[in-house]
Amino acid sequence: MQFGLTDSQVLTRNSAREFFSAEYPIAEVRRLCETETAHDRKLWRKTAEQGWCGMTIPEAYGGMGLDLVEVAAAMEEAGRTLVPGPLLAHLTATAAIAACASEEHKQRLLPALATGERIATFAVLEPNPSWDLAAVAMPACEGAKLFVMDAAVTDYIVTLTRDGVFLVDSRGDGVTLTPMPALDTSRKLSAVHYQSAPGLQLATDNNAVQRALDIGTTLLCAEMTGAMQRMLDITVNYVKTRKQFGKPVGAFQLVQALCADMLVATESARSATYFAAYALEQNLPEAQSAVSVAKSYIADAARLTGNNAIQAHGGMGFTWENDIHLYYRRAKAFETAFGDAVFHRERIAQLAL
Amino acid sequence: MDLNLSPSELGFRDGLRQWLADNLSPHWQADFAKIEGKQAQFEYLRAWQRKVYDGGWAGIAWPKEFGGRGATIIEQVIFTEEMARAGAPNLPGVLGLQLVGPTTITHGTEAQKEQFLRKILSGEEIWCQGFSEPNAGSDLAALRTTATLDGDHFIVNGQKVWTSYGWAADWCELVVRTDPDAPKHKGLTVLLVDMKSPGVDVRPLRQMTGETEFNELFFTDVRVPVENVLGRVNDGWNVAIGTLMHERATLGAGIQIVIRRSFERIVELAKSLGKFADPITRQKLAQCYADIEVMRLNQMRAYSKMANGGTPGPEGSIQKIFWSELNQRFQQMAQEIMGPYGQLTKGSEYSIDDGIWTYNYLRARGNTIEAGTSEIQRLILGHFVLGLPKSY
Repeated sequence: MQFGLTDSQVLTRNSAREFFSAEYPIAEVRRLCETETAHDRKLWRKTAEQGWCGMTIPEAYGGMGLDLVEVAAAMEEAGRTLVPGPLLAHLTATAAIAACASEEHKQRLLPALATGERIATFAVLEPNPSWDLAAVAMPACEGAKLFVMDAAVTDYIVTLTRDGVFLVDSRGDGVTLTPMPALDTSRKLSAVHYQSAPGLQLATDNNAVQRALDIGTTLLCAEMTGAMQRMLDITVNYVKTRKQFGKPVGAFQLVQALCADMLVATESARSATYFAAYALEQNLPEAQSAVSVAKSYIADAARLTGNNAIQAHGGMGFTWENDIHLYYRRAKAFETAFGDAVFHRERIAQLAL
Repeated sequence: MDLNLSPSELGFRDGLRQWLADNLSPHWQADFAKIEGKQAQFEYLRAWQRKVYDGGWAGIAWPKEFGGRGATIIEQVIFTEEMARAGAPNLPGVLGLQLVGPTTITHGTEAQKEQFLRKILSGEEIWCQGFSEPNAGSDLAALRTTATLDGDHFIVNGQKVWTSYGWAADWCELVVRTDPDAPKHKGLTVLLVDMKSPGVDVRPLRQMTGETEFNELFFTDVRVPVENVLGRVNDGWNVAIGTLMHERATLGAGIQIVIRRSFERIVELAKSLGKFADPITRQKLAQCYADIEVMRLNQMRAYSKMANGGTPGPEGSIQKIFWSELNQRFQQMAQEIMGPYGQLTKGSEYSIDDGIWTYNYLRARGNTIEAGTSEIQRLILGHFVLGLPKSY
C-alpha cells in the first residue's frame, strides 16, 4: 500500500511545475485575465507542444494517455500558477469524446485535439442549471446552454442534449456565443445559443460522458488543490515579513491559527483529490462517490483557505495589486463548476449511504 | 500510487483475521457486560491481552528481538483497523505497548529491557504515564514534580493528573524535575516508578461524562532507585517527547474505524426514524461521510510517508486536529438526527443503543483537549511545519 506519487508520476509533476511556472508567471496570467478570452494562441501552442493538451487522450489517438493520477499531478501544478484559458475544458471535452465517440469519429477528431490544433469545450448547463444528466432538456441542437467554459476560443462544443451527445462547431451555422462576464476572469464563460445547429452525434446516451465529467471534476479539484497551496505559500511568506508591534504578524497566534487551518484544508484537499483520481483510474466501485467527496469537501475548504489568506494579509489582502484575489475568484467559481457541494452531497447520499 | 495491499500485507491481514475468528468470542460484549466491578472487568481485558500475546499479536511494532514482529507501519495500521473492525476488546496495557515499551527499547538499559518488556507485552504488568500536572498541560516542560537524589535513590514529590489507567497500573513512566536551576526543558528526567511504592496515592478523577477514566497521582517522598532512570538524567524531555509524537501519529487509525462504524449506525437510525428522506439530514450525513473519508485518506497518506522512512513528525497535528474536530461535528449531527431520544441515558427503556450516544456526545469534548489541545496543535503546525515564529 502506497498513497503517494510513483517515480514517473513525480517526473510528470516536476516537468509540469517547471513548465507552468516558467510560461505562466503571474504577470502573464494577469495580462491574459484582462483580455477578452484569457487565451493566448502562442502560449497554447507551446503548452500543446509539451503534450499537456492531450493528457486525457489515449496514445493511439496522438495523446499522452497518462494515468489520471499523473494528470491530476500536472493539473495541480497548472492550478498553482493559475493557468488561464481552456485547458481544463479541453481536457474534459476530449475525455468525453474519447469515452463516447465511435472509433471512426475518434480517429478523425482526437489527433488534432491532442496536438492542440483544435480546441474543445463541453456544454451541460441550461437556463435551469443542473449537473444531473437526467435533467438535460435541450433538444438537439436547438436552445441555450449557459456557463460554457472558454467556448469563445474553441472549435468544438461537446453538447449534451436530451437526444444524446453532439459535437457542434463553435463557429458554425446556427451557433451564437454571448459572453457571460463572471467573477473568475481567468476562465471566460459563454452562453451558447443553438438555432437548428448542425451537430455530429457522438452518443445517444448522455451517461456515456458521466465518467468524463467525473474526470473533469477531479482535475478541477487538482487545480484547486494547487491554488490552495499557492494561497497558503503566499500568505505564509507575507506574515513572516509583515511587521506590526515590532514583530512579524506571523508571530501572533491568531494569525498562526489562520495559516494552520489553511494547511489542514490544503493537505486534506490533496488527499481527497488524489484518491478520486486513483479510484477513477482503477475503476473502483466507489469512484463516483470519491469524486463527490473531493468536490464537496474542497468547495468549502477552498473558500476557507481564500478567506483566511485575505484575512491574514490585512488591508493588503483587499487590494487589486495582491494576487490573492485572483485565486479567491477561482475558488468561488470552483464551488458551482461541475456541481456544487449540495449536489455532490446528494450524490454521496444516493451512492454511498 | 497503489492502495492495494501487497501480498505480504494481505498475508498479514488474513493471518490476523483468521486468528480473530478463532480466538475472539462473538459474544464477548454480552459476557463482558455481565461482569460486576471495574477490577473484574479489567481482569477480563487483561486475559484478552494475554491471549493476544500468546497468539504473537502483542506489540507487533516492536523489533523481533524484544518479542515483537518488527511490523511495518502499514501492518500496524492493518492491525489497528482489523482489531477495531472486529470490535475486539481494548488492550488494557495499551500505554505500555504503544508508548512505554518503544521508549524503553530506545532509551532503556539492558536490565530495564529484561525486567519490563516481556511483562508489558503479556499484560502481566500495566503501565501508566505521569506527564500532565495541574500546572503543566500543553506546557509540559513547566512540570514541578521533583526528584532529588538521596544516595542511590531519587525522592519524588509532586502531583500528576489526567493519568489513564492510573488505578490499574503496576508501573508509571514518570517525568520529574531533577535540576530546578536548568532551563525548563533541560532539567527533566524520566523515572520508572513502582506504583506499589510507599507514598504513591492514586485518586479517581471523575470527568464530565460521570465516569472515572483518569486518575490523579500524588507522590509523597516516594523512593525510586537510580537504576530506574530511563535514558539519561536531565535528558527527560528528549526521552518523553518521542513518546508523545508516537502517541499522536498512531492514535487516529482505530478511531477512524470506530467513527465509521458509528456513522453507519447513525445512517441506520436516520432510516428507522424516518429522517433519511429529509434533504437536510441527507446533506448532513453526506457531509459527515465525506469528512470521514478525508480523514481516512489523510491518514493513509501520512502512513505511506512514514513507511517511506519518515518518523512521526509535527504533521501528525493535522490528523489530530482533523479527527478530534470531526468527531465533535459527528456527535452533534447524531444528536440532531436522534432528536429528543439523543438525550436519554443508559437505563431508560426508550434510550437508543442503551444511551451510548449521550456518553459519546460528552466524551467528544475531550477529544480536542487530550493528546494536545487543538490550539497547541495549530501552533505546532504554525511553527514546526509552516516555519512561523514560535509563539509560545
